[in-house]
Amino acid sequence: MHDFELVKPASVAEAVAALAAEGAQALSGGQTLLPSMKQRLAAPDRLVSLLDIPEMRGVCHGDRGLAVGGATPHAVVAREAAARYPALAALAGQIGDPAVRSRGTIGGSLANNDPAACYPAAALASGATIVTDRREIAADDYFQGLFTTALDEGEIITTVHFPIPERACYMKFEQPASRFALVGVFVAKYADGVRVAVTGAGEDGVFRWTDAEDALTADFRPEALQGLVVDADGLIGDLHGTPAYRANLIAVLTKRAVAAA
Amino acid sequence: MPKDGGIGASTLRREDIRFLTGKGRYTADINLRGQAFACFLRSDVAHGRIRSIDTSAAEAMPGVLAVMTGADFTEVGGNPTGWLVQSRDGATMKEPKRPVLAHGKVRHVGDAYALVVAETYAQAKDACEAIVAEIEELPAIVDMAAAVADTTNRVHDECADNVVFDWGWIEENRAAVEAAFDAAPHVTTLELVNNRLSPNAMEPRASIGDFDSGTGDYKLYTTSQNPHLTRLLISAFVMGIPENKLTVIAPDVGGGFGSKIYHYGEEAAVLAASKRLDRPVKWVCDRSEAFLSDAHGRDHVTKIQLATDTEGNFLALRTETLANMGAYLSNFATCTPTFLHGTLMAGPYKTPHVYVNVKAVMTNTVPVDAYRGAGRPEATYSLERVIDKAADELGIDKWEIRRRNFINPDQFPYQTPVGLVYDTGNYHATMDKLRELSDIAGFEARAAESAAKGKLRGFGLSTWIEACGIAPSNLVGVLGCRVGLFDAATIRVNATGNISVLVGAHSHGQGHETVFAQLISEKLGVPAASVEIVHGDTSKIPFGMGTYGSRSLAVCGSAMMKAADKIIDKGKKIAAHMLEAAEGDIEFNDGSFSVAGTDKQKSFAEIAFSAYVPHNYPLETLEPGLEETAFYDPANFTYPAGAYGCEVEVDPETGAVDIVRFTCADDFGNVINPMIVAGQVHGGVAQGIGQALLEGVVYNEDGQLLTGSYMDYAMPRADDLPNIDVDHSCVTPCTHNPLGAKGCGEAGAIGTPPAVVNAVIDALRRGGHGQVTHIDMPLTPSRVWHAIHG
Repeated sequence: MHDFELVKPASVAEAVAALAAEGAQALSGGQTLLPSMKQRLAAPDRLVSLLDIPEMRGVCHGDRGLAVGGATPHAVVAREAAARYPALAALAGQIGDPAVRSRGTIGGSLANNDPAACYPAAALASGATIVTDRREIAADDYFQGLFTTALDEGEIITTVHFPIPERACYMKFEQPASRFALVGVFVAKYADGVRVAVTGAGEDGVFRWTDAEDALTADFRPEALQGLVVDADGLIGDLHGTPAYRANLIAVLTKRAVAAA
Repeated sequence: MPKDGGIGASTLRREDIRFLTGKGRYTADINLRGQAFACFLRSDVAHGRIRSIDTSAAEAMPGVLAVMTGADFTEVGGNPTGWLVQSRDGATMKEPKRPVLAHGKVRHVGDAYALVVAETYAQAKDACEAIVAEIEELPAIVDMAAAVADTTNRVHDECADNVVFDWGWIEENRAAVEAAFDAAPHVTTLELVNNRLSPNAMEPRASIGDFDSGTGDYKLYTTSQNPHLTRLLISAFVMGIPENKLTVIAPDVGGGFGSKIYHYGEEAAVLAASKRLDRPVKWVCDRSEAFLSDAHGRDHVTKIQLATDTEGNFLALRTETLANMGAYLSNFATCTPTFLHGTLMAGPYKTPHVYVNVKAVMTNTVPVDAYRGAGRPEATYSLERVIDKAADELGIDKWEIRRRNFINPDQFPYQTPVGLVYDTGNYHATMDKLRELSDIAGFEARAAESAAKGKLRGFGLSTWIEACGIAPSNLVGVLGCRVGLFDAATIRVNATGNISVLVGAHSHGQGHETVFAQLISEKLGVPAASVEIVHGDTSKIPFGMGTYGSRSLAVCGSAMMKAADKIIDKGKKIAAHMLEAAEGDIEFNDGSFSVAGTDKQKSFAEIAFSAYVPHNYPLETLEPGLEETAFYDPANFTYPAGAYGCEVEVDPETGAVDIVRFTCADDFGNVINPMIVAGQVHGGVAQGIGQALLEGVVYNEDGQLLTGSYMDYAMPRADDLPNIDVDHSCVTPCTHNPLGAKGCGEAGAIGTPPAVVNAVIDALRRGGHGQVTHIDMPLTPSRVWHAIHG
């Protein structure tokens, strides 16, 4: 790891100012960034930690559903979202291990947009709104490809609003080594329709399985998915699973998520 | 002797107090005054010609003390391989030099070609990045079949077809085997891969070189399973430092599994750097570096054929294997696929004709060497898989086909057709015990429960045997081994009766400090707490060969028994003098020397005190002191054996395999500490399940390691493992060592993989997927799903 400066702002405004410097990088738990730095794959001059900003931490309930502060660790979401949005809490409780869940944050995960991360599936399936220091972004507009999002340089996720579904479930099939999602499917049923988001499988990151959404909006039962197949084209193939295998998992996990929702 | 400390007691491990409270002292914990830090620059291409290395910028960087390259080591020797294996045409194997640092060419990703020493580790690492090397990339040789076929592209120029040897075992058997196959009513053929594994000991390797310019002495602290062997290799082959000027210390070592048997270039490099700088030089491997530089294990591609009659009686067996050596020959690399593999292909069966062919192939990958089990897991896996396939083809029960072919208990000693003489065993007993513990009667009901959940349940059986207690020196010498394989122990009874035992074996997780103390406690009738085990420092311990191949108890433990006998003999002489009796009338029992038929006696402590304060002592005929050394060279290998049963549930929709029940019935001979034996089996089974379901080193066609971290290399974790039922109540004691002990360290890693794979294939067959006759390990969900669905 190369030397760097660590800045710990106490407000969003201070954080934005600190990030304006050349070579500055936001640190929101660091569960991806710090290993990259240890391997010398990343060498920011300045890390701006977002964890000491009170307005960015915690889970609360309001008109727009569940509001989760961008710097809220997974373990806190797992605990505090359990009553209002159990599927989201369950997802947070399955990320990594206890150490990762204590440090990693929802904002860090969404800003990084790892194609195998869990939170993007929840945000996209819930039709969440990503609130930043300067604007609001709908989840449908936010995810733009592998490790790519609508965020501008230096833009900070302050809050994520999750509309609360009638029923929902996240099914994750773990990659055996990393225990990231080999495939993860989040199914959320709202009054105006069902949304199905898939992580771990798409070459461009998280995506919605619209055929399944249509079928489930019409009939929210596993049987409604009968005969629906996912095109393996555009799915990830690697050591741990072929595109065809991932396509199968999407169908299987969606069915199981509906059954369990 | 109460069984709280002697043989047969499940004494808690005394070493765990320091390991579990952070008081262990590993190499990385040692910091010497004035030490500098080393960092190695490793190749990022698999195969390339080094055109130039410019170190000037690195040398000018802050804190840099020295930069060394392969050119600095051209005058010293290479790291040798420990066994010379002859090809079946009589040719001696190729032995390309393995330099301390790569010179001329780099041969695998991770091959170290430069070393920076600096005041801090970060400075050394920074300076490594400033070295400018011009490396002309050559086509990588990764696939073994391609390596053999393409003779124009060579890992080493002196190894023309990339084949180190083409070994036949036993060549004289070949014609009879061919004839038996020609006449056989049924032949079962299976092609399989024994997947390459990365050992991943919890503690990465580390070494500190410490040259003392005042005395000219070298000291090497290092993560070794056998410090004397490391010293011998450095002294006699690599650096030429006389043994009496080199001390090798392996302090607490956090696991080895084979990977720390070998001498590595980093050890020689830190010694050389320390001499150049006249300062201690420390190197600690990081985990990413470990994936690229610790010797890997397994990596065989095998075709095995079993000839049977229609009743399933084995008539003949033959195998053809390509064994990956990697880019250099590691110390035991040539022995592992030959004398630890071909000699075990008979298994516990009385197959009359067996022939094994192994070609050792060089590739641009990390060197491959012995890993827990070493050759014997590969043999067992091939054999137990082909037997299951034959049983399915012939419609014979899996238990029955094995029972029909086992060597019977009354046939020992048994000469196998592949060179070994099994001294004793009872394979029917362990398999019967397994059957009893596996609740076979309840299987169908459990399978029905699984089916109700949409799961397929299967049962897999394997039996295993290994040759361990390595090894008779004269025998291995004939086979090409360049060292002896005895072990040694010194028992130093101190003046007040407590005991220091200095042993050649090395403990890096096995619990020797506990078990060896139990042995001495039982033998000399002293409390285990008064016995201290000393290991790991060549300046203290006698020349022993260290720990691997399940040898510590059978070989070093036997040396301890011999030394203890000498202590007792001398104690009797002292007691005879003190008690004014004839030596022949002195008896030794439970720590007391007594005159037979009388109540006259002296305690062990009194005898010890007299030996060191020899006022009333036969000085004219007997030396003072009570310290004895014994070397023990085994008369034969030991042959532990057993039967493993694995029950799985397969999710046909996802291909996920869940091991729901796992049972081991082993014959380890006499057991000293049942708790530690159970722990050894648990660990071995965990590694076996890792190999069967999770682990696998993968290179791409450019020789880049795709599984270079725990993000892609799947180590087994607690929740991957079932409860493991362990039984070792079937005992046929080893007939040729004083303990009757056989060894247990590798059993789990040997017996487990075929049991798991057999179980999955059984589940698929029962579930209507009988077209799937084999899946290569690791049985990842993706592979299992594709096997079912195409």
